[in-house]
Amino acid sequence: MKPELKFTDVISQQEKTQKRKNDLSSFEYTYRAEITSAYQLTDMETLYRLQIINPDERRRFTFIPGQFLMLEVPGIGEAPFSISSSPSIHGEVELCIRKAGNLTNYLSKIGRGAVVGIRGPFGTGFPMEEMHGQNILLIAGGLGLAPLRAPIAYVQENRSHFKEVNIIYGTKSPAHLLFTYQYDLWSKDDINLNIIVEKADPSWKGSVGMLTETLLKILTGRDDAFYSNTYAIVCGPPVMFKFVCSMLNKFHIPMQKMFVSLERRMHCGMGKCCRCNVGSTYTCLKGPVFDYWTVMNLKEAI
Amino acid sequence: MIFRVFEKKELKNFFEVLTVHNRIVGPVEAGRDKKNNPIYSFTEVSDFNNIKLDYTTTKLPAKRYFLPFHEDLSTFRIDNGDWQKTIDYNANQPLIFFGLHPCDINALNKLDKVLLHSVYPMPYYAAKRKNMFIIGIDCVPQPFCFCRSMGSDTALHGFDMFITDLGAKFFVEILTDTAYNFLKNIKKEEPREKDHVLYMKAVSERNKKFTTKVDTTDLAKILDMEFQSEVWKQWGDKCLACGTCSNACPTCYCYGVEETVDIDLKGARKTKMLHSCNLIDFAEVAGGHNFRAERHSRLKYRYYHKHRGFVEAFEESLCVGCGRCGESCLSGIKVPEVIASVRGGKVK
Ligand SMILES: Cc1cc2nc3c(=O)[nH]c(=O)nc-3n(C[C@H](O)[C@H](O)[C@H](O)COP(=O)(O)OP(=O)(O)OC[C@H]3O[C@@H](n4cnc5c(N)ncnc54)[C@H](O)[C@@H]3O)c2cc1C
Ligand code: SF4
Ligand code: SF4
Ligand code: FES
Repeated sequence: MKPELKFTDVISQQEKTQKRKNDLSSFEYTYRAEITSAYQLTDMETLYRLQIINPDERRRFTFIPGQFLMLEVPGIGEAPFSISSSPSIHGEVELCIRKAGNLTNYLSKIGRGAVVGIRGPFGTGFPMEEMHGQNILLIAGGLGLAPLRAPIAYVQENRSHFKEVNIIYGTKSPAHLLFTYQYDLWSKDDINLNIIVEKADPSWKGSVGMLTETLLKILTGRDDAFYSNTYAIVCGPPVMFKFVCSMLNKFHIPMQKMFVSLERRMHCGMGKCCRCNVGSTYTCLKGPVFDYWTVMNLKEAI
Repeated sequence: MIFRVFEKKELKNFFEVLTVHNRIVGPVEAGRDKKNNPIYSFTEVSDFNNIKLDYTTTKLPAKRYFLPFHEDLSTFRIDNGDWQKTIDYNANQPLIFFGLHPCDINALNKLDKVLLHSVYPMPYYAAKRKNMFIIGIDCVPQPFCFCRSMGSDTALHGFDMFITDLGAKFFVEILTDTAYNFLKNIKKEEPREKDHVLYMKAVSERNKKFTTKVDTTDLAKILDMEFQSEVWKQWGDKCLACGTCSNACPTCYCYGVEETVDIDLKGARKTKMLHSCNLIDFAEVAGGHNFRAERHSRLKYRYYHKHRGFVEAFEESLCVGCGRCGESCLSGIKVPEVIASVRGGKVK
């Protein structure tokens, strides 16, 4: 026998019935997606609607609220973004993106019709079905409303499965408010909308102050049945959910019923680059959605 | 398992048979340091005389052959606003590794766990790893090695054949049929009782030479308890945040990804670059917040990943105890001393 090594083609050798999570060739594969609309929400944030171009891939693409995807613009960059739309729509997602650097600034300049790449969905989501029959507190600070929009859509579409639903949304000023055009619809679906801004402007008639003040009002004076049958989803900057979750905890809402979404640097979304590690936990695999009990047990989480 | 012995000169013949059809990487002397000690490095070799099988340890691991420091994950053709993505796993030929020490073989086995045998296996690594033929060789333990404490002083799998020096002969352990077939090209024989005795003597001689020890008893738990320990701050004050330790480490695989447009504006590429958790921007996010802004928190994280996180996930540490990081650190930060200080509550 000639002592020559044969080249092994790892891609063709793997079994054909692989799932995406085990398939070598889906590691770097991106769906081509078209930006079908780009709608400016504020000075800093734009809502992008993306449609996967290939009809087959479009049909297969599903996600659960809370998951994120990686959006890539060739030559510019790739970054993680929470999916901010209804999970019942296949192959079409909305992303609410704030200008923060290279990729996000570039995106703000390209408009409708541009083709980008997406990978995903990645990570864990909010266990919406587990929450059926319960009250829900949907709590967002600032850009946190973006990831919260997916569970909100789910709640709207399955409104009969939930008891009392409250959105508590705090932001810097009225000019920073996101998705203002949807507030009426949310109210019509019997979702209580509690908005509070840190600094009012002359036209503002609502509450002024910190988000926790509003939350305190909602939580005070309820019966035990309310506290023990309530789930909370909290999205926002790290300082915020520390305050919010300890307040919820004071009212004896179980820590396993509070869910937060952690933000970390991410370069792969697949547990390989290690950039998202909190202590030794991969935020991209075990998160970004964690229950608060888990967060409390993570080193350096908040 | 199949064992054989062969005359020392047969190894050269073996190399020469292999080099006709294959690319071979092995340890060579790359230069001399200030004290006139040889500096070894893994390089592609075609002449057996250049291979130094009695090498101590290489400054850098063979990592660049399976986890290159820079690697294009994909390239793009950009045309009129539209683009086409081409993915290349950057492996097209098998490679023979001639003379890897047990620590470096164990490093590959550890990388396999996270890069091959977990969710989302990495094709760039798989394509290279599955095209390696590994000839392991026993080492002479150095004063800075603590592989014995990490359970990495012997390799049980992850190679094709492993040779041990018996003086006049080599003892070979054959693990794969590829190795068995290749070895048909040289003269060898079944080991006899006296070869077994020589082998056991060689093993016990080697065992005597391990001097540096690390106490790993309950280490994962102790690290958890000592998360706030003052010693981390003291090591952090010494650390230069240069990332050399990760560069020199056979098991560090963390990376970052960057995209660039080609100079002709007609193409673009997405490049993966190995990173180090000791570098300042490792955990910085949009808005400017840095989850590990201080040096000690980053240094600590490197130890937590290796000696706690990986242990939780795979029941073994991500450190093979090769000592390369300590040898290359300009501040002299060495794993055995760091771990002893965490256990003892103070830096000696
Ligand atoms: C799970 C998750 C969900 C997110 N959801 C949203 C969202 O819905 N809307 C939104 O606007 N933003 C979201 N982000 C933040 C978003 O990823 C960053 O704004 C984006 O990475 C900035 O990229 P850039 O190229 O514009 O910035 P760059 O020019 O690359 O850098 C600007 C800043 O962003 C940081 N950064 C760079 N790359 C990353 C990265 N891969 N991950 C995190 N930070 C990075 C850098 O440290 C730097 O401080 C999310 C992040 C995560 C982890
Ligand atoms: S431990 Fe040493 S090699 Fe590693 S970053 Fe700090 S100074 Fe550099
Ligand atoms: S951490 Fe240091 S001693 Fe451990 S494997 Fe890496 S380089 Fe070797
Ligand atoms: S994003 Fe790369 S490991 Fe989590």
